[in-house]
Amino acid sequence: MTQAQLQETANFPVLVPEPGERHWRDYFSFNTDHKVIGLQYLVTSFIFYCIGGVMADLVRTELRTPEVDFVTPEVYNSLFTLHATIMIFLWILPAGAGFANYLIPLMIGAKDMAFPRLNAVAFWMVPPAGLLLIASLVVGDAPDAGWTSYPPLSLVTGQVGEGIWIISLLLLGTSSILGSINFLVTLLKMRIPGMGFHQMPLFCWAMFSTSALVLLSTPVLAAGLILLSFDLIAGTTFFNPTGGGDPVVYQHMFWFYSHPAVYIMILPFFGAISEVIPVHSRKPIFGYKAIAYSSLAISFLGLIVWAHHMFTSGVPGWLRMFFMITTMIIAVPTGIKIFSWLATMWGGKIQFNSAMLFAMGFVGTFVIGGISGVMLAAVPFDIHVHDTYFVVAHLHYVLFGGSVLGIFAAIYHWFPKMTGRMINEFWGQVHFALTIIGLNMTFLPMHKLGLMGMNRRVAQYDPKFALINEICTYGSYILAVSTIPFIINVIWSWLYGKKAGNNPWRALTLEWMTTSPPAIENFEGIPVLATGPYDYGLEKADEGVPLSDPDPVLSGGPNSVLRAEPDPAVAANPEDR
Amino acid sequence: MKIPSSIWTLLVGIGLTLISLWYGQNHGLLPAAASDEAVLIDGLFNAMMTVSTGIFLIVEGVLIYCAFKYRRRAGDSEDGLPVEGNVPLEILWTAIPAVIVIGISVYSFEVYNDIGGFDPHAIHESPMTQSSMTMPGTAIAATLNDTPGNTAPNLNQEKSDEAMQDPATAAVRNAEQIPQKQNAPGVGSVAPTIGGSPEKAGKPPELVVNVTGLQYAWIFTYPETGITTGELHVPIGREVQISMTANDVIHAFWVPEFRLKQDAIPGRQSEIRFTPKQEGDYALICAELCGPYHGAMRTQVIVEKPEAFAKWMQEQVAANTDTLNQAVALNPADLSPHEFLTPYTKDMGIQPEILKQIHK
Ligand code: HEM
Ligand SMILES: [Cu+2]
Ligand SMILES: [Cu+2]
Repeated sequence: MTQAQLQETANFPVLVPEPGERHWRDYFSFNTDHKVIGLQYLVTSFIFYCIGGVMADLVRTELRTPEVDFVTPEVYNSLFTLHATIMIFLWILPAGAGFANYLIPLMIGAKDMAFPRLNAVAFWMVPPAGLLLIASLVVGDAPDAGWTSYPPLSLVTGQVGEGIWIISLLLLGTSSILGSINFLVTLLKMRIPGMGFHQMPLFCWAMFSTSALVLLSTPVLAAGLILLSFDLIAGTTFFNPTGGGDPVVYQHMFWFYSHPAVYIMILPFFGAISEVIPVHSRKPIFGYKAIAYSSLAISFLGLIVWAHHMFTSGVPGWLRMFFMITTMIIAVPTGIKIFSWLATMWGGKIQFNSAMLFAMGFVGTFVIGGISGVMLAAVPFDIHVHDTYFVVAHLHYVLFGGSVLGIFAAIYHWFPKMTGRMINEFWGQVHFALTIIGLNMTFLPMHKLGLMGMNRRVAQYDPKFALINEICTYGSYILAVSTIPFIINVIWSWLYGKKAGNNPWRALTLEWMTTSPPAIENFEGIPVLATGPYDYGLEKADEGVPLSDPDPVLSGGPNSVLRAEPDPAVAANPEDR
Repeated sequence: MKIPSSIWTLLVGIGLTLISLWYGQNHGLLPAAASDEAVLIDGLFNAMMTVSTGIFLIVEGVLIYCAFKYRRRAGDSEDGLPVEGNVPLEILWTAIPAVIVIGISVYSFEVYNDIGGFDPHAIHESPMTQSSMTMPGTAIAATLNDTPGNTAPNLNQEKSDEAMQDPATAAVRNAEQIPQKQNAPGVGSVAPTIGGSPEKAGKPPELVVNVTGLQYAWIFTYPETGITTGELHVPIGREVQISMTANDVIHAFWVPEFRLKQDAIPGRQSEIRFTPKQEGDYALICAELCGPYHGAMRTQVIVEKPEAFAKWMQEQVAANTDTLNQAVALNPADLSPHEFLTPYTKDMGIQPEILKQIHK
């Protein structure tokens, strides 16, 4: 018996005739099912991705020529401010929360999140926050001090827009704190009996690390923003130098959150990639523990590197060295992950479907962002390229080449589970090809722009950079086009795609051990672990003895440690408590 | 004949090393190096480029190799050979990045020290204090705002004047030449950044230039001669100290060819020291978002031979008095940025087209 058969026979999926007994209206309501909330997050954030993407293309259209000829400089600044804010806070962060919501309970065999209503509350803060932000464009006073919103500039440009920006971010921050509490408690308390931390899928490890990071860093941003709003509205001078405040203090508070935020944006997709690669390479993940602990290490180190965004502002010399070293060290756990993924593919039987292609694209482009990140950590070099297009290139290789490709890999991988249908592979591959070409064409040349002397956040620039900018702009149009096959494919396949069955990838993690889409309470009874999450090709459990089994008769066998009796204190279903 | 895989590995390794070494030196990505510091920083960048090229090629190489070699053949539904871990290998690839980043850190540390990152005395040891004390900064600064029609006390000016009691602060503030905007912050904490290189640390720089950033211009003052200009002139081979602050929002002083950048922060003063090395006109760019016309905030740095520099100085001393008189007659608080800048524009080296764009 193969591992997949073993795992599946141990968990005969629930035979619900109509597994998705849901009405479309559920998706527009205050539903508490984690799967509904997960999809609500994913669809909402994707809509914001499109909006942020349109803004990106407007920004690039302005930059096609050196002169200011497409929008006014004021509008230009609002565009890149909103582009960045939307992409970060309304696309990548909520998309991560969406996958976590959908997958965590399924992966650990729970029936729902620990606090289903809190979960819905967290989601329902996102759309109003986003609409508010976009409404600022309509009232004609959009925020335009950059997504970093450094005072004193943020205190002297459009006040209404800045206020809206602060409120919107406070809402989104609150939402992500509520979400993280939920993820943490769910992961700690609701795993099926027998699933120790080391039997947990790597995505769960990644979300564990991410949530801890969110809880530790977001409040500091909130504090910074609240003080900023006092300066803005009440005329205090925490950061306003006119009254003796210090703008550099704001930068410390801002980056204490916003640097970790980049790990909050990337860690979940490190997790997703660690799920996709072993399944489609048909091999156990290489170095499970190394990957799991490196997530924790990144999360810890992420908290002590913030001042690398401030090497050119007012930080003392020795402090720059401290932050240089901590930043450099992060490259080590990140490197461990990359090498482990490569080793997982090595000697595998790689199936080139869209999910795997995006995962490989992720590894291949993220590594470029990682390398330029190490360069940026080197203080003398950062002093040259800080606030230039080199940084813009770096951040897009990480955020687009990392997070966004990771999101797409995850969507293609879990699409059959979420919808019960297969997604069209051909158009998935067209999507992939256009994305990779567009991505590199848009962002690779930006490295050179920055090194040669083009600063970021400018609507007009030196004509000697015109050619490279033109190439970048056409690249960004390819990126815009690339989403079209994706959108059509998703909608079409969701409605008419081939039926997927429960486990089309023959994967071993628990989310595949139920119907597709999963029934309302996920599993009938409590699922059992018959194998580890990545035991592809392993025959070590060939006796067919499940690793854990609710049946007490079996406990005491060779794997008895893993077959602990269900602990009544750890209920799999919140209602059972 | 079948070549053993260890030989292949060796050959590929040598190939990669050669390519990386070559590309690390010949990437052509940086502009000319026009200061002594730039040469050091380029050395660091080239070293990082060499290592990066190697890592990039290895990762992408393995990825592409896997894509071809380990592609699943049609009809094969078996699993791959299970390999879950390999402790020596994992230790190896933890150790390699660790060694690389330690190496880069040590190299960066060296370069940082050589360009003067650790000079602790930077601002306070400045000999500037002498000349600035003899200049009645406070008095002039007060007169600047003492125009009729504005009776409200300029609290900010008071703070600024207070700070002016500290000679080091006065040196940077430029108050003698630059009108204070009503709401311009005074100078507070000192944020020294790139000071003198170790052998020059503690010694006075050979030339001091005070810089004020304001939306959307740079104003340079040469305290020894009292010149105020809109473009920066520096002589080759003499160590220059730039002491900067900002009048309204944060700006950043950046000359790509010098590889140096420093934020000019209102309420703080910061300084960098460097030694120009190569004659030419370079762009001085504001690198910190400072408002809609941030992109237009640029001027020239002219690196010239010492004789040419001396000649320029003399011309300026004569021409400068006029500008100053013009400025003193205005109350900057009531002015739009355009009016505020007008007296300086002819001097500022801002291209007229750009100015037109700014002040439509
Ligand atoms: C559709 C593809 C995209 C294009 C063409 C694009 C283009 C740009 C450009 C040209 C800028 C520089 C604006 C300036 O400095 O004036 C920028 C900034 C930025 N982008 Fe994107 N972008 C894209 C996708 C993304 C994604 C997916 C993210 C994810 C988080 C993102 C996050 C950011 C951030 C954080 C900034 C910095 C903004 C700032 O300097 O304040 N972008 N983008
Ligand atoms: Cu500026
Ligand atoms: Cu600027």
